[in-house]
Amino acid sequence: MKFNKPILATMALGLSAGAVGADGHMASDMTLVSWGGAYQQSQINAYADPYVANNPGVTVTWDESSAEAVAKLRAMNEAGSITWDVVDVVAADALRLCDEGLALEIDADEMLAAAPDGTSASDDFGDLLVGDCFIPQIVYSTTFGYRTDMVPDGVDAPSNICDVFDLETYPGMRALEKRPINNVEWALLCDGVAKEDVYDVLATEEGQEQALAKLDTIRDSVIWWSAGADTPQLLADGEIFMGSTYNGRLFAAIEEQGQPIGMMWDAQVFDLDGWIIPEGLSEERLARALDFVKFATDTQRLADQAKYISYGPARVSSAPLVGKHATLGIDMAQHMPTDPNNAANTFLYNYEFWADYRDDIDAKFQAWLAQ
Amino acid sequence: MSDTTDSGPMLAADGTPLKESLGRALRRQKIRALALIAPLLLFVLLTFVIPIVSMLVRSVENQIVSDTLPGTIAALSEWDSTQGDAPSEDVFQNLFFDMFNAAEAKEHTKLGTRLNYENTGLASLFRTSGRSMDDIGEVFQDAIEDADARFEDGAFWYEMMSGAGGDTLLADRRTRWSALTGDNMSGDVGFAPSQDIAALLPITTAAYTDFAIWTAIEDEDIVAEEDPWEAVYAALAVDLRDPSRVAAIASYSGAGADALQALTATEMPDLTFTEAFADLDEDWVSPDVWETVQVYSPNYTPGYFLNSVDRELTIDGVEARPENEQLYIKLFGRTLWMSLIITSSCILLGYPVAWLLANLPVRTANVLMILVLLPFWTSLLVRTSAWKVLLQQQGVINELLVWLGFVDDANRLILMNNSTGTIIAMTHILLPFMILPLYSVMKTIPPTYLRAAKSLGATNWTAFWRVYFPQSVPGIGAGSILVFILAIGYYITPEIVGGTDGVFISNRIAYHISRSLNWGLAAALGTILLVLVLALYWVYDQIVGIDNVKLGG
Repeated sequence: MKFNKPILATMALGLSAGAVGADGHMASDMTLVSWGGAYQQSQINAYADPYVANNPGVTVTWDESSAEAVAKLRAMNEAGSITWDVVDVVAADALRLCDEGLALEIDADEMLAAAPDGTSASDDFGDLLVGDCFIPQIVYSTTFGYRTDMVPDGVDAPSNICDVFDLETYPGMRALEKRPINNVEWALLCDGVAKEDVYDVLATEEGQEQALAKLDTIRDSVIWWSAGADTPQLLADGEIFMGSTYNGRLFAAIEEQGQPIGMMWDAQVFDLDGWIIPEGLSEERLARALDFVKFATDTQRLADQAKYISYGPARVSSAPLVGKHATLGIDMAQHMPTDPNNAANTFLYNYEFWADYRDDIDAKFQAWLAQ
Repeated sequence: MSDTTDSGPMLAADGTPLKESLGRALRRQKIRALALIAPLLLFVLLTFVIPIVSMLVRSVENQIVSDTLPGTIAALSEWDSTQGDAPSEDVFQNLFFDMFNAAEAKEHTKLGTRLNYENTGLASLFRTSGRSMDDIGEVFQDAIEDADARFEDGAFWYEMMSGAGGDTLLADRRTRWSALTGDNMSGDVGFAPSQDIAALLPITTAAYTDFAIWTAIEDEDIVAEEDPWEAVYAALAVDLRDPSRVAAIASYSGAGADALQALTATEMPDLTFTEAFADLDEDWVSPDVWETVQVYSPNYTPGYFLNSVDRELTIDGVEARPENEQLYIKLFGRTLWMSLIITSSCILLGYPVAWLLANLPVRTANVLMILVLLPFWTSLLVRTSAWKVLLQQQGVINELLVWLGFVDDANRLILMNNSTGTIIAMTHILLPFMILPLYSVMKTIPPTYLRAAKSLGATNWTAFWRVYFPQSVPGIGAGSILVFILAIGYYITPEIVGGTDGVFISNRIAYHISRSLNWGLAAALGTILLVLVLALYWVYDQIVGIDNVKLGG
């Protein structure tokens, strides 16, 4: 009997909605795909729970497959059966899905909510609307954390990206992501290449070799990670002195677990995470997906998410609404990667460049790693 | 045999010939046996054989190039790459119409991704150029519409192009669309090209038919009510460049003849498609780009297999990849070598345990058996993560060694994020697969043999080595095959504890499946791995003999 209630409620809702002629044709089930962990929890708290509260009878199922979203959507598309309704992906993956025709093209002004002051969605998101299919949610950054208790005596705490490459002043192990993206940019930056020239240099054979040669200088002191949780764990266990990871992971380790870890925001690389809607949904499911996305990316909802995790909302209009952490009660604004104090020197993930060079540089990077 | 002619064939009880009756009974038995295994057979076929075969086929499939750029590829066959020039205008003209359709169907980016595996930069070249096809077409559209406003009207076009006798053209263009999109594009188009106009303006008719099919079937609109694509105007301008066609138009009397005749009198933009593409991106006129397109134009390619063995397909044939990109042969070698080490350590560690299990009293042996099986029942990820806690530099093992004074605190052992970590963790994880077959074989060796050997004067060692060990070899064989084949395809454990020099080829396969999406390369690597395993199995059969493998009894 217990199971019948939602169904009855849905039917009742459907009937009454049909009677007034509004939102009658929406599916009552919705599968959302995200990354699991604290990030997904923040989405449940800020988006999914309020949405279900507003729309009783809607059942939300979560799938923690965002890491393989592109491959799985491609496989689903080939099999002719799309089982996901709204998928959380990083912007680079959204571009690839768009390129492959696997994601729905979005008209931001038509499909997304305007800001409370009437600013259109496309102006509110601004440059963050990369590609034609991506609906931005948060700005996160990949940056370094270091053990405050492992800083050598008489030396300042590391505050410059090039301290990562300075084994003399800062001996100890480092953790870097097991892929070229970000690492080669940092390497060039610390090998005398000006910030604005990094991608021009990286586009050349010599530039790629230069970057790998720079990485070679610290190679024996690097543990390569492939999951975002690795670096906080390695830092907590004292396995490494400093390591790169997503800023939200470091925030959790510092503020929620009280680890002796410091943030080094220098040369942090901004990246975006957001929703896409798969191409090929039925009309009812598409209507539901669009309705959810419109709700979940409005100004208030994006600001709400920052209560649970230290990622910056993608709307300009959300920034002033960012308040305190839901359980810790600390002011979240200063922990955002976009906070002026943290964003003195930043990079934005170069989507266009990496779409072209990802395979090529990755092949060289992996061959270099295997040497 | 001569007496059978006298007595006739031997009959069964019901009067049918015995041979026939027996045959029928045997057939029935066979069908019953087949019916019994049918569910399993179907299951294996559907969930195992078909997906694997379809995955393996990907390792040579390459239709995407000729499906997306059919006209371009045909025109490109004339091009001689050794001249060092860009291809002819004809190629670029075909490229425009192919790209226009591909961009309409959003397929050009897929081709860009495919070719980017071979030549870096093609992904963005195709992506950004696809968007600009409309702009190129618009140049011609504006000129034609300025010359005669009737060409702005969709209904006028429809009337001019419609007629009878163009069914083959329609079917041909439909086939092209279905090759491009992968849909079958069936359904009523509500338009049939006229034979006369097709003869008069072949390129325009083809472009208009493309537009009509897409409009009717994909957009589900009425063709006559829609204005043609920019490509159709460009096609008309191209047709008008041919003096023989202009001459034919002068004597044409079909629908829209006067508009066409008026058009021949006006000046058309002299923009060539070569210029148009060069304006979009200089790379389009680079022979390098066209070499890649030409090399990868056949429907099937050995390219992925060559990539998997650090070679590449170039216009001059097969070449070794640059040294700083060579990876796979090394990884294959490492995978085989480390799997061998893991198998040997499993034999060394598993043999005494299996011997104990087989020879201890049943009660004690059962307890020991649970200890062997317990890790087997624990999740693989949990066990691997547990090894992480044990092996890391601040981990349990290092702490213990430092505390005992065996290792200096400053020089802790590096036990993980390298091949040592992979070998330790995988040996532990695969150990039950060695112990169980060994145990079940040892269980069948009567203990009396050892006692008999000793009573005949053999030392403990001789008795074991000459009598017991040879009888346990089938168990070692079975265990080794299991462990080795499992090890060769392992990927989670090396990924977590392997660091850089402890990862296997399967980690690259996983990367290409889920991250780089180069499924062709992943399929080729997988096929090579499969062939390697089969070859090793064959070698094993030749040396040890597969009859000598026992899982028990």
